[in-house]
Amino acid sequence: MPTIKELTRTGDLFTSGHRACAGCGGTIILRLLMANAGKNTVVGAATGCMEVVSTIYPYTSWDVNFVHNAFENSAATVSGIETAYRALKKKGKIKKDIKFIAYGGDGGTFDIGLQSLSGAVERGHNMLYLCYNNGAYMNTGIQRSSATPFGAHTTTSPAGSKIKGKMQQRKDLTEIMIAHDMKYVAQATPHNWSDLSNKINKALALNGPAFINVLSPCPLGWGSDPAQSIQIAKLAVETLYWPVYEYENGKYKINIKPKKPKDIEEFLFVQNRFKHLKNEKELIDKIRKHLNEKWNELLNKEKCTN
Amino acid sequence: MSKQKVMMGNHALSYGAVVSKVNVISAYPITPQTQVVELLSELCSNGALDSEFIKVESEHSAMAACIGASAVGARTFTATSAQGLALMHEMLHWAVGARTPVVMGNINRSMGPPWTIWSEQTDSLSQRDTGWLQIYASSNQEVYDSVPIAFKIAEHKKVQLPVMVVLDAFFLSHTSENVMMMDLDKAETYLPKYKPKHKLDVNEPYTFGALTTPEWYYELRYKIQKAHENAISVIEEAQSEFKDMFGREYGLVEEYKTADADTILVAISTAASTAKDTVDELREKGVKAGLLRLRFVRPFPFKKVREVLSSAKKILVLDRNLSPGIGGIIFQEIKSAMYNESNKAPIYGFIAGLGGRDITTETIHNIFEEAEKQDPKNIIWMEVKA
Repeated sequence: MPTIKELTRTGDLFTSGHRACAGCGGTIILRLLMANAGKNTVVGAATGCMEVVSTIYPYTSWDVNFVHNAFENSAATVSGIETAYRALKKKGKIKKDIKFIAYGGDGGTFDIGLQSLSGAVERGHNMLYLCYNNGAYMNTGIQRSSATPFGAHTTTSPAGSKIKGKMQQRKDLTEIMIAHDMKYVAQATPHNWSDLSNKINKALALNGPAFINVLSPCPLGWGSDPAQSIQIAKLAVETLYWPVYEYENGKYKINIKPKKPKDIEEFLFVQNRFKHLKNEKELIDKIRKHLNEKWNELLNKEKCTN
Repeated sequence: MSKQKVMMGNHALSYGAVVSKVNVISAYPITPQTQVVELLSELCSNGALDSEFIKVESEHSAMAACIGASAVGARTFTATSAQGLALMHEMLHWAVGARTPVVMGNINRSMGPPWTIWSEQTDSLSQRDTGWLQIYASSNQEVYDSVPIAFKIAEHKKVQLPVMVVLDAFFLSHTSENVMMMDLDKAETYLPKYKPKHKLDVNEPYTFGALTTPEWYYELRYKIQKAHENAISVIEEAQSEFKDMFGREYGLVEEYKTADADTILVAISTAASTAKDTVDELREKGVKAGLLRLRFVRPFPFKKVREVLSSAKKILVLDRNLSPGIGGIIFQEIKSAMYNESNKAPIYGFIAGLGGRDITTETIHNIFEEAEKQDPKNIIWMEVKA
């Protein structure tokens, strides 16, 4: 695993000059991703914030090969790229070992791109799929996705006098990917760069599909202070909102176990998307109960597989 | 001497991909295309074909993977039909905008509902505005030959666009005919390895599919139109070279007894081969009939069409397709091609054979007869049940 000093010296393969918002978690994640992946990498992107802010023709933030091929199919596109490299390598036309990365936001991964992701993983393509998960369709102006947490206000799950934001729990995509019998699946956040780096390196070292679901703070969509994005990501882990764990060769490992978890309200109320829940004790209890159940489930899975 | 084999159209299409030495195939099964994916899978499994075949989970992913593979510089092939083609629609536009020279076979099948699997051209004709070049074959030999020809055109630096090779469901896909096979080495001389100008190369990174403002998008569209215009001479060269090497001649269009014809029927695909018999029968009766078959629908062969139709007294267009609200699609295109011409012969539009209903020589006889009675302003429906 490279040290942070080493990572700063790998050169900016995802360079500055992109047009992401201040405090955007996505660009922090991508920069770390590319610092670890290195030059001999092909990146395929789903339509979304990170694609739009980083490739405004004739400019690009990508100093590696980069392909955007619509919204629902970054995994399918990288399937084609990876296969073509394999075909040409067999014929001696390409000599280098190349890494393949597909990424998407939660909309492009949990919803519209789930089928192509599932297909690519089942076929066993050599690729890391990274989801920068900000929990809504932020690029189109904050609409709910199946990754949007219970109670969150979005423009299509608005907090009103009758309905208090999104009334469904978020989809557990990490578990869905584990159910594909993948060799490596992980959850991470950008607040712990070394954990995320470690996971990226593990995933890229595999000769097969790997999946990392990274929580990506979004000041615009979450209604949070841009200066606090990393702090909020940390709070998400400390309140059990976002367990940081990995599933490797059939074994679960929880990488960060808060000794004394903080109450979920500490995470919720640094974000305006939950502010309408302040006096909704029942709804907050529902969130707390769900998170505790999921956490205990995860502890059990870790216990059972080790 | 070339080998001769009896095969169905779906196998002719597959062997067309084999003779083109495709690097990557990405496809999803659909009736009536299934023999294509089956044969190609078998050839890959037994080592007869040295290609990587991605068995994707949908047609949308099939074309997405083709675009990715083609961007790397691999020669890339797929095949589909009707509902599958429609599911690909977004990616069909993308393959054009990304300038990836993918070649795809499309087996013409009617669109549901009501659910159907039989032949009609509405599936592929309704994709004509995506920018794909489109070849409509009328025999299995033509299907087979059209695949390497399509790659040669698609990969030409003046074109750099995807090409669709289209064949009728069942009338070609499942019907066996004699096909003269090409020698693989000779085919490679005709179609050398694909060497793209721009590709995904880690030594020289590019960004593909960037967000493009109104300042740039417009010119990129202009270039696609220009590529279609350039394609006309590229097609003529590619087909003339093909004739020199393999002896089989193809044009942008096929003319049959049109030189002195008073009445010329315009059609595409297998209905056009049936129409040749009717033309012969009419000629025997002293009627000066002729046939113009469009082999290419995109780029639209304006010059050829205008030349062939310049002295016709009546122009009849047979459409096995329908754009509801306006009528036959080829009918609209022929009218638009002839609008500024000095020949103001009436143009009659006939609809027949939708949903795979047979278009027989009798149907075509009736078309010639109806043209004597009907007003060209109307859409003329043949053999509609009361």
